[in-house]
Amino acid sequence: MADSITIFLDKCTGCTLCVKACPFGAIHMANKKAVIDMAACTLCGACVETCKFRAIELKKDTGGKKDLSKYKDVWVFCEQKKGVIQSISFELLGEGRKLADKLGVKLCAVILGSGIESKIDELAERGADKIYISDHPALEFYQDDPYTEVFVRLVQEYAPEVILCGATTIGRSLISRVAVKVNAGLTADCTGLDIDKKERILLQTRPAFGGNIMATIVTPNHRPQMATVRHKVMKEAAIDKSHKAEVIRKSYPEEALKSRTRLIDIVAEIEENVNLAEADIIVSGGRGLGGPEHFAIIRELAKALNAAVGASRAAVDSDWIPYSHQVGQTGKTVCPKLYIACGISGQIQHLIGMQSSKVIVAINKDPDAPIFKVATYGIVGDIFDIVPALTKEFQRVLNKV
Amino acid sequence: MNIIVCIKQVPNTTDVRIDPVTNTLVREGVESVINPFDAYAIEEAVRLKERFGGKVTVLTMGPPQAENALKEAISLGCDEAILVSDRKFAGSDTWATSYTLSSAIKKIGTFDVILCGKQASDGDTAQVGPGISAHLDIPQVTYVKKIEDISANAAKVERMTEEGYDIVETPLPCLFTVVKEINTPRLPSLKGMIRAKSAKVLKWTADDIEANPELLGLDGSPTRVVKIFTPAPRKGGEILKGDTADVAKELVELLKDAVR
Repeated sequence: MADSITIFLDKCTGCTLCVKACPFGAIHMANKKAVIDMAACTLCGACVETCKFRAIELKKDTGGKKDLSKYKDVWVFCEQKKGVIQSISFELLGEGRKLADKLGVKLCAVILGSGIESKIDELAERGADKIYISDHPALEFYQDDPYTEVFVRLVQEYAPEVILCGATTIGRSLISRVAVKVNAGLTADCTGLDIDKKERILLQTRPAFGGNIMATIVTPNHRPQMATVRHKVMKEAAIDKSHKAEVIRKSYPEEALKSRTRLIDIVAEIEENVNLAEADIIVSGGRGLGGPEHFAIIRELAKALNAAVGASRAAVDSDWIPYSHQVGQTGKTVCPKLYIACGISGQIQHLIGMQSSKVIVAINKDPDAPIFKVATYGIVGDIFDIVPALTKEFQRVLNKV
Repeated sequence: MNIIVCIKQVPNTTDVRIDPVTNTLVREGVESVINPFDAYAIEEAVRLKERFGGKVTVLTMGPPQAENALKEAISLGCDEAILVSDRKFAGSDTWATSYTLSSAIKKIGTFDVILCGKQASDGDTAQVGPGISAHLDIPQVTYVKKIEDISANAAKVERMTEEGYDIVETPLPCLFTVVKEINTPRLPSLKGMIRAKSAKVLKWTADDIEANPELLGLDGSPTRVVKIFTPAPRKGGEILKGDTADVAKELVELLKDAVR
């Protein structure tokens, strides 16, 4: 039996609370009674909770539960580029540790690459109890086919309960394919992860509609339960040099390592090589700068803080700075510890990309600019005065240490 | 060259507002648009057709009103439009959505290239494109920012990464997800708009695409939404006042711990 939702017309008073509560716009009123549009309904249950008259009933499918007990352990896909483990992997190991402890299972790191034997200690001291490693020249760089095939075979053989993966360009490409191949549930960009201990279910909370609502998502009847997490959302695992891990080395036949696509070259773009997604601090400039040459004041402040340079869409569309710096809906979503917005008014598309930053500073001459609504600290004034003054002050304070 | 573009109709985010009293999403009057990222996929498909000839088929899964998004795609240069719509699809997560779309693509039959936007602006998962290629078992390249070279049976593309880009060669057929940098979409032409008005959108149901009913909609979706809530709105903070030097000092003092 599938899940179903019913409105009891005798109980419905036509109060319209459920219409307002539905995040998917799936309820409307007809003859003063609520009607659910099943094409739009996701059976999320928001209406059930809001109805004061218990007129809505959601029946969840509980029958036909599969035996999921053979699935154990929490896995983290550890991304490496040119033999360097990416910081997101340590963040996921930090979060994975908590989940594994709650479940009472092992935390396992999975790493694919070439000549990566030396990475074992690095992963062990970040808390991995077990490390699955596949070391082969065909896995030196990320390619969709061999990475997917190897990962799928690992999952099929060792049956993990939970898999965490970075929401990076590599992670998102890989894990979506793996989820389809192993018939697993996958939830993107989780900002909160927890365990329902009774059911042994991973509670995955993520923003939807650009962060305007939050949804908690579960995978009740499929294993593994897979989730991706963006940079900087979780805290890095601390280093414990004494922590040791069991190592499982896997090699696979040539046919599993074949790639239909061929990686010809990896090109690094030189423009200020601080990766926006990984930056702890971002200084961004917008339309208020008035021209490309004025990005200099942004770069100087960024340099003083060892920060990355971001930009609003307005600045990118005016060709003042390359697209790779764009923060916002059509650019990058970031959540650094500190985001300093200079001359950015704060259109919703920009806010979507940065509003989960821990501290936000806004500097703008318009006191009514929407950016002030999300800013922890705001300064109303001329960026050409304030930004250089800040740079100077930061240099003074930071160099003193 | 036969090109398939997969698109999604989404609420226009500029219109998405939160009711300050009830803290819920205001839906009334929210316009539905083509997912902004899909506009780049449509444009790239039309450009490929202009270079090599062939046909662009635009495909979406959604409620009946998603037909409007398909008509708009026709006004932008797509040739044929298919709406896969059925109540059985209700509650689909990315697994079931990519299965449904891949089943429709199998029914379309031959193709050289499938183009998708890198992600949809309402769900932001970026999972459906790779999901389709996994179901079809064809190669994929995600985050494509440039098609450098393409022939009847192979392509060379640039794939955007965090640090720059990769250059990747792939045989065709292949699925590409594309980013904003790939092109500047054109506006609908007058001719296109006239064509869109009279164009017939093909409508396929679950039976038409010969999909396994157990893999559709909520039944075919491993994930379930169990709770929806509104995050505590981020409060506007403190406005610092005073002359420039004082304000700068005050702010740096406040941020001292954050920047070390």
